[in-house]
Amino acid sequence: MKYMMFVCTDTEPDTGDAPDIDAWVEENDAAGRRLDGDQLAGPGAATTVRVRGGELLLTDGPFTESKEVIVGYDVLECADLDEAVRVARAHPMAYAGRIEIRPFVS
Amino acid sequence: MSVRAAVAQAHRESYAQVVATLIRVTGDWDLAEDATQDALATALDRWRTSGIPDNPGGWLMTVARNRALDIVRRRNTEQRKLAELANLPEEPQSPGQDDRLRLIFTCCHPALSLEARVALTLRTVTGMSAADIARVFLVSESTMTRRLTRAKTKIAQARIPYQIPAGPDLAERLPSVLGVLYLLFTRGYDPGGPSEFAAEAIRLARLLDRLIPGEPEVRGLLALFLLQHSRRSARLDEQGRPIVLTEQDRSRWDHAAIGEALAVLPPPDIAGVRPAPPATHGNRRSDVGAGSRERAADVSAEECRWVADGPYAIQAAIAACHVAHETDWVRVADLYDRLALLLPSPVVRLNRALAHGYAHSPARGLALLAEARAGGGLDGYAPALAVAADLTSRAGDPVAAAQLYESAAAAAATDGERSVLLARARSLSE
Repeated sequence: MKYMMFVCTDTEPDTGDAPDIDAWVEENDAAGRRLDGDQLAGPGAATTVRVRGGELLLTDGPFTESKEVIVGYDVLECADLDEAVRVARAHPMAYAGRIEIRPFVS
Repeated sequence: MSVRAAVAQAHRESYAQVVATLIRVTGDWDLAEDATQDALATALDRWRTSGIPDNPGGWLMTVARNRALDIVRRRNTEQRKLAELANLPEEPQSPGQDDRLRLIFTCCHPALSLEARVALTLRTVTGMSAADIARVFLVSESTMTRRLTRAKTKIAQARIPYQIPAGPDLAERLPSVLGVLYLLFTRGYDPGGPSEFAAEAIRLARLLDRLIPGEPEVRGLLALFLLQHSRRSARLDEQGRPIVLTEQDRSRWDHAAIGEALAVLPPPDIAGVRPAPPATHGNRRSDVGAGSRERAADVSAEECRWVADGPYAIQAAIAACHVAHETDWVRVADLYDRLALLLPSPVVRLNRALAHGYAHSPARGLALLAEARAGGGLDGYAPALAVAADLTSRAGDPVAAAQLYESAAAAAATDGERSVLLARARSLSE
């Protein structure tokens, strides 16, 4: 089962020690659970695209004005949601931010 | 027994088992529910002519499985489900593999919203209809059906596993299950609430205790339910006014339930439960077990001496102190100190203040009450004003106490509560 991990910032981060990102990547790559993933540039570099009535509309910035910002993603291959949660909770941004897990439809 | 009663009993005792097994085998929640409902309808019809079978649960399992087989065959696409259903063993599996437990843990998965967990548990574990659940939660049947469908869709799409969490995961997931049962119970225990909810919550807690033997929080929850439930017919007078615990007619308490509660309270040697220091508490509860059932009518203060660490076990310990002939307020205050660390809710802080007021001095209770009120959440809350009145009266100021009872009466949620509070105000003014 494929899951997308949206890695976001949060206005109320945990201030304690968080796990190391390099160790996280290495472990999940080695286990074949992490298929892809990267960091994203900040929302200042975002452009939102819409087509309305055949006309292109471009907006500067992300599609929702929010204090929480997506700063990265990872694509996981996991047996079920519990495994995906175990992987996500070990990510440093589960401490410093928040992570949304979404299953792929297919 | 009439056929209708026999089917109702089979529903209560076997519904969860049959649905849970069919979900495991087919992975299809709707199919499992439909096949089980069909089997119950068939039972009503068939048992009239051919008699009630010796093993109604086994009968239901077989008929529901055959019904599921029919449905899957008709779809004619799902070979794996077909093979699994055909090979389903007739004998139930060992408790560790119990399908009902998988079902409960899946229904109470924290990735589902709390309201979805409660609805799904009622629907699939107890077999209550969506219409009945909707009525209790004051939503339309279509809203409840949508809520249930959404929850099942999430389970399927996000692939929430159908399994009992193992090792440290179990401890992490248990509170969600217990929280759902607690909500069910309190919903059913509210005056005017559906009393079958309280009974279902007790039944599920008993089942959980059998399936996860010796888990202190499960036992604590079951004991807490039983102790509260034991007073259900003594807590209101003929006019529906609440009767405080100390003035209840103890002969109307359910002493069998109290006996069962005291028998399941976690013994002090289980992990997670600390024995109390012998110097202050002496030998506690060496007599846990069958013996306490017969002696339930004569609960001594010693009965509430065991010490527990989890929030439900602590609340059960407090409830056990309250059914003892003489409430050990020092111990109740100590238990509330610990509960307030785990669950610092306004109501817990309020009860803690009252307990200290009785255990130590009204002044100490009033000081803690002021602290609790400063913490928020108690403004205009009648029980908080009533506690203030009670402690003020005990501190020797009947005039101020009477005024506080009047304010409490003005804030009371029900007429019954109001008339009790006004009567107190009057008795102090005389």
